[in-house]
Amino acid sequence: MRKFSFHPCGNYREDYAQELNIFDTDYGRVCLGLFLVLLFFVTPLTVSPYMLYILNTIGIAAIAAIGLNILIGYTGLISLGHGAFFGVGAYAAAILATRVGLDFYLAIPAAGIITALVGMIIGIPSGRLKGLYLTIATLAGQFIIEYVLIHWDSMTQGTMGITIPPAKIMQWEIAGDKSFFFLIFFCLVLMTWFAVNVMRSKYGRAFIAIRDNDRAAEGMGIPIFKYKLLSFAMSSFYAGFAGALWAYYMVSVTAEPFNLSLSVEFIAMVIIGGMGNIPGAIFGATFITLLNELLRYITGFLMNIGVVTSSGLNMAPLREFVFGLSIVLFILLEPRGIAEIWRIVRSNFRLWPFSY
Amino acid sequence: MDFFLQLLVNGVCVGLLYGISAMGFVMIFKSSSVLNFAHGELLALGAFFFLALITWAGLPVLIAFILTLVGCFILGFLIEKFFLRPLIGEKLIFVIMLTVGLAAMFKGLILLIWGGNLHTYPDFLPESLALKLGAIYIAPVYSATLVISVLFLVLFGLFFKKSAQGIYMRSVADNQKAALSLGVHVRRVFALSWAIAALVASMSGIVLGIINGVNVHDLSSIGLKVFPVVILGGLDSIGGAIIGGIIIGLLETFTGGYLSPSLRDVVPYIVLVFILLVKPYGLFGLVEIERV
Repeated sequence: MRKFSFHPCGNYREDYAQELNIFDTDYGRVCLGLFLVLLFFVTPLTVSPYMLYILNTIGIAAIAAIGLNILIGYTGLISLGHGAFFGVGAYAAAILATRVGLDFYLAIPAAGIITALVGMIIGIPSGRLKGLYLTIATLAGQFIIEYVLIHWDSMTQGTMGITIPPAKIMQWEIAGDKSFFFLIFFCLVLMTWFAVNVMRSKYGRAFIAIRDNDRAAEGMGIPIFKYKLLSFAMSSFYAGFAGALWAYYMVSVTAEPFNLSLSVEFIAMVIIGGMGNIPGAIFGATFITLLNELLRYITGFLMNIGVVTSSGLNMAPLREFVFGLSIVLFILLEPRGIAEIWRIVRSNFRLWPFSY
Repeated sequence: MDFFLQLLVNGVCVGLLYGISAMGFVMIFKSSSVLNFAHGELLALGAFFFLALITWAGLPVLIAFILTLVGCFILGFLIEKFFLRPLIGEKLIFVIMLTVGLAAMFKGLILLIWGGNLHTYPDFLPESLALKLGAIYIAPVYSATLVISVLFLVLFGLFFKKSAQGIYMRSVADNQKAALSLGVHVRRVFALSWAIAALVASMSGIVLGIINGVNVHDLSSIGLKVFPVVILGGLDSIGGAIIGGIIIGLLETFTGGYLSPSLRDVVPYIVLVFILLVKPYGLFGLVEIERV
């Protein structure tokens, strides 16, 4: 058995492969293992159904946020259409499950692939132009997709929505918060693992090169158009996958949640969590979801004690305001997001009492 | 035929509105190459300031109008000072995300204060401004809009071509570092462009409010409709914004009139995607060919 490595007292890396290690030390590996054991074996048995519901929402949002982070944080392209892509995934899963009769374990990845194709179509302008134009194209994509979801009656049943048959493996039915907890977090772990490792590969390095300097990247022989589209497709795949999970979890799909504010919510997750940081996306999703619940709690509380009447204070504007404020504050004060705060806190513990 | 003509006139009128809404947007883009996603909220803020001054404070129209313009000018300064200035020299992605955040913030704020209902201004434009051409009736608001947009077009044209500040602004937009090293006061240029943009936005917000009533959701969706308009006209051309606005306006009213009313709101975005694919710098935009 090899020696356990704990914190080295200097930088002893000798080659690039060591630089790319996910875990600097075995300590981190053990911690992650413990965390996963706690997550899968202790959490679902101890927490209340309401907490499980929140955790599930976080899990789904985190998958979408990881996808968006691949695009924004690693490739440097902004998408304002991820709310709609999430919707495309949800509808694709619903249609595949009801019309084609696919089982959920096929329908969810298939929905992801369909969303990736849709995303690639929207992403084509990025090949001709750099920078901001893709953002505008995705904005257009958001509105067009929203329109199609509402008005393509024969496929999406318009405003009525689609009800999805329960997810089944053999005879075992996945229903209720607890079984969905396992499904969602299994997917989340898998998707995180995939994203982290892709970012260490040739593809991830190409994405980062494009983000940092696209001309130089082109000069080094990276076909930019191909990689931008690839990044876009990956990112939409994640969004569609999350949307499909969401559709199964919520049982019925209607078009109205997939609007521009959902897209902004996903962007907020990425920025608040930390751009270019996969765990950051999970932090961001956690933060935003908890913020949502906290605001709901606060408005409920204020209504109960009679400070405001139910008509006086609506939940939506307050939420919108706080979202905007948190995006703005994070950009101004900590542009690298929660992931950076987390790093600083950790290194403070490690370096204490000699913090320099 | 009358239906066609009425649609044509309506389209041009709506288009002019889009055009003047887009002018403030182009202003910011021209001087700092920032895409301002909070533009619709700036429109709404102007419209609501005016509403508050007229109905709550009960001021006469002209004074309220001037106060709104001054207020929004200052607001633009403040936005730049507190939110945008710390980001000078940062990556563009942060600045754009910041405007997305600002948009959500302002929208929430307006909704908290005024709610999401439709408000209307009292009627104050004289009926003598109305035009009648045969069967076609042009409401006074639209003729006022026409006058205002032509006036601003000329003013801005002169400003960017002749005045020192305007030339500074163009130089900053072209190359920030070079402008800085040649002694252009970049921070002042930014502050001024945001202030002027907020002023123009508030003015177009008021005009929109007179026509459609004041509603946050409508106004902020117009802020997003600015994108097809400016992409069609060319992102950095003020004349292009007006022409792009008219084309988009015509397109919308004709689709609404002949095809289907529900398609009306999506058509600009469909056109937007096509323009991006075919002629991404728009009709009058500066072509920078860089295929990377």
